[in-house]
Amino acid sequence: MAESFVRKEMLEAQAPPASQAGAIAWVRENLFSGPLNTILTLLGIVVIYWLISTSLPWWLNGVWNASSLSECRSIVAASAGEGATGACWAMLRERWHQFIFGFYPPESYWRPILAFVLLFVALAPVLFTSVPRKALWFTAIYPALCFWLLWGGPIWTPIVAMMGFVILGLAVVYLSSYLGAPGSAAAGVVAAVLWWLFLQGPVAGFLASNLPFGLASVNSDRFGGFLLAITIGVTAIGCSLPIGIILALGRQSNMVIVKALSVAFIEFIRGVPLITLLFTASLLLQYFLPPNTNFDIILRVIILVTFFAAAYLAEVIRGGLAALPRGQYEAADALGLDYWQAQRLIILPQALKISIPGIVSSFIGLFKDTTLVAFVGLMDPLKGVTQIVRADMNWKGIYWEPYIFVGAIFFIICFGMSRYSMYLERKLKTDHR
Amino acid sequence: MAEAQKMAVSDEVAIQITGMNKWYGQFHVLRDIDMTVNRGERIVICGPSGSGKSTLIRCINRLEEHQSGHIVVDGTELTSDLKNIDKVRSEVGMVFQHFNLFPHLTILENCTLAPIWVRKIPKKEAEETAMHFLRKVKIPEQANKYPGQLSGGQQQRVAIARSLCMRPRIMLFDEPTSALDPEMIKEVLDTMIELAQEGMTMLCVTHEMGFAQAVANRVIFMDKGQIVEQNEPKEFFSNPQSDRTKLFLSQILGH
Repeated sequence: MAESFVRKEMLEAQAPPASQAGAIAWVRENLFSGPLNTILTLLGIVVIYWLISTSLPWWLNGVWNASSLSECRSIVAASAGEGATGACWAMLRERWHQFIFGFYPPESYWRPILAFVLLFVALAPVLFTSVPRKALWFTAIYPALCFWLLWGGPIWTPIVAMMGFVILGLAVVYLSSYLGAPGSAAAGVVAAVLWWLFLQGPVAGFLASNLPFGLASVNSDRFGGFLLAITIGVTAIGCSLPIGIILALGRQSNMVIVKALSVAFIEFIRGVPLITLLFTASLLLQYFLPPNTNFDIILRVIILVTFFAAAYLAEVIRGGLAALPRGQYEAADALGLDYWQAQRLIILPQALKISIPGIVSSFIGLFKDTTLVAFVGLMDPLKGVTQIVRADMNWKGIYWEPYIFVGAIFFIICFGMSRYSMYLERKLKTDHR
Repeated sequence: MAEAQKMAVSDEVAIQITGMNKWYGQFHVLRDIDMTVNRGERIVICGPSGSGKSTLIRCINRLEEHQSGHIVVDGTELTSDLKNIDKVRSEVGMVFQHFNLFPHLTILENCTLAPIWVRKIPKKEAEETAMHFLRKVKIPEQANKYPGQLSGGQQQRVAIARSLCMRPRIMLFDEPTSALDPEMIKEVLDTMIELAQEGMTMLCVTHEMGFAQAVANRVIFMDKGQIVEQNEPKEFFSNPQSDRTKLFLSQILGH
């Protein structure tokens, strides 16, 4: 027989029981919740103890004041007894500038330092929306400014090169009403390329000879250490994202040729090891270029590292595009937005947001891959500079210290990128799922 | 029901479809569709799933391409000419089954995006229009929230407001209440009824037969990609002619 029931009052929500909270409950729950977990916890403690107890003396006995590795060792032996180990940080004290700048002329160290500080000024409006949008103008001129600070030479070279972009911009602004957006962009690109090919050199040369103002020029073979790694890394990161987006959209395009070219580019570049591309940059490109063209080695490496990263990014972004429901495209179409408006306002903001972890991990990978330029004779911080330091009789045999130092700096930069990506994900989280 | 008679239908043609056919690969989804919609008409399209009813209204704003025949919307023929397609799309509003709001934009931004970028209306004016329509669908207080924070019924009302912000002359509804909980269906239908009473030309794919009886001036029944029967709602429900229609009505009204 079914019993009838009618609730007279609705129940209020109550607090959970107290046994669910507190430090002891946490420890029991997370560390000692069963025999297996208890054993694993104890094992973990033993491993941590062993690691600390073996390496701690080496860290504690570290020597900062010495002029050679043998002097370091005798100081350690004197203070901690025969057979004791100790780090020889004195090497860093003497050679830190090579890890940072390579063979960059010491009297010009202020230039890369200034460029590095200004890098953050230029990045601020890109990374944080709270910075006024007008600061983006500085971001736009920063690449030319940075190039001039690092390589020096007459100031007219970067200014005249930037004029190409100004020409492109003017063409888009003034011709778009006659030719439409794609037509005016194409006309602008043609005009800019003509400018770079035929007018840039004479104009810059004319200005430089009449208004000689510039910095002492520094050749690419003086670059090394983190100056080189950051130059290549930051440029490649900045250029690979837009190229990656274009490739990802190209791969999804309905236009057969655009699609085929994008797929071919992505698959070819991804299918080849980065070192192959670097060798191409250093050796093969010379054969294809006209004789006597001086095409800077760092620039060549940057271009191929950018391509390499762009191919990976394209696939990461394609994943983001594929994750969007078809309804988003349809809603954009139904509202009358054209293809580029729909991509820019609806599709890409969402696809890029989904791809943030993948994009940032590609960036981190790219930054660490800059050490591979050692294979084409550039002085990367990990192998290039370390080898030079060890070639010195005073520091011959030093092994852990340079790697720990270089590794620590890489870690700080990559960890920073990772934390920023987490901040960005939290900030852009609007779906409240 | 008295309201329905009050709503005037003019002689002006809003949509003219003649001899239209569509295939998905080998599959013939829409067969020889002939249909004229006058300005101010409220048409409900029903039929079993797979009958092509959604595809039909999606052809009207070219979300789907037709392979033969003609579709003329507001005097503009839909061909592969992108200019015509964009023109038709900006005149025709569409509401989807799954709302398709933009989750990365606030409710207000969802409503102002197309007016600002497609109609080139100044931001301030677009926001005023958006608030006007959000008040109309009775959720102005949600303007600065994100779609994910709203209930399904609220989201669908935002989707209606978003379409109205483009000041469309025709509205298409593709099963607007099918993804909603029963308690939320009414708030969306009320919004649609209000819109019909203001004289909007509406084509609505739905199984809400109460809605059809309340506001439609014509009900179209489709099966296997064809228009099987059409009539004014009273006749359609009380005196269906074809056997297929009778079967369909007995199944959806039978319980």
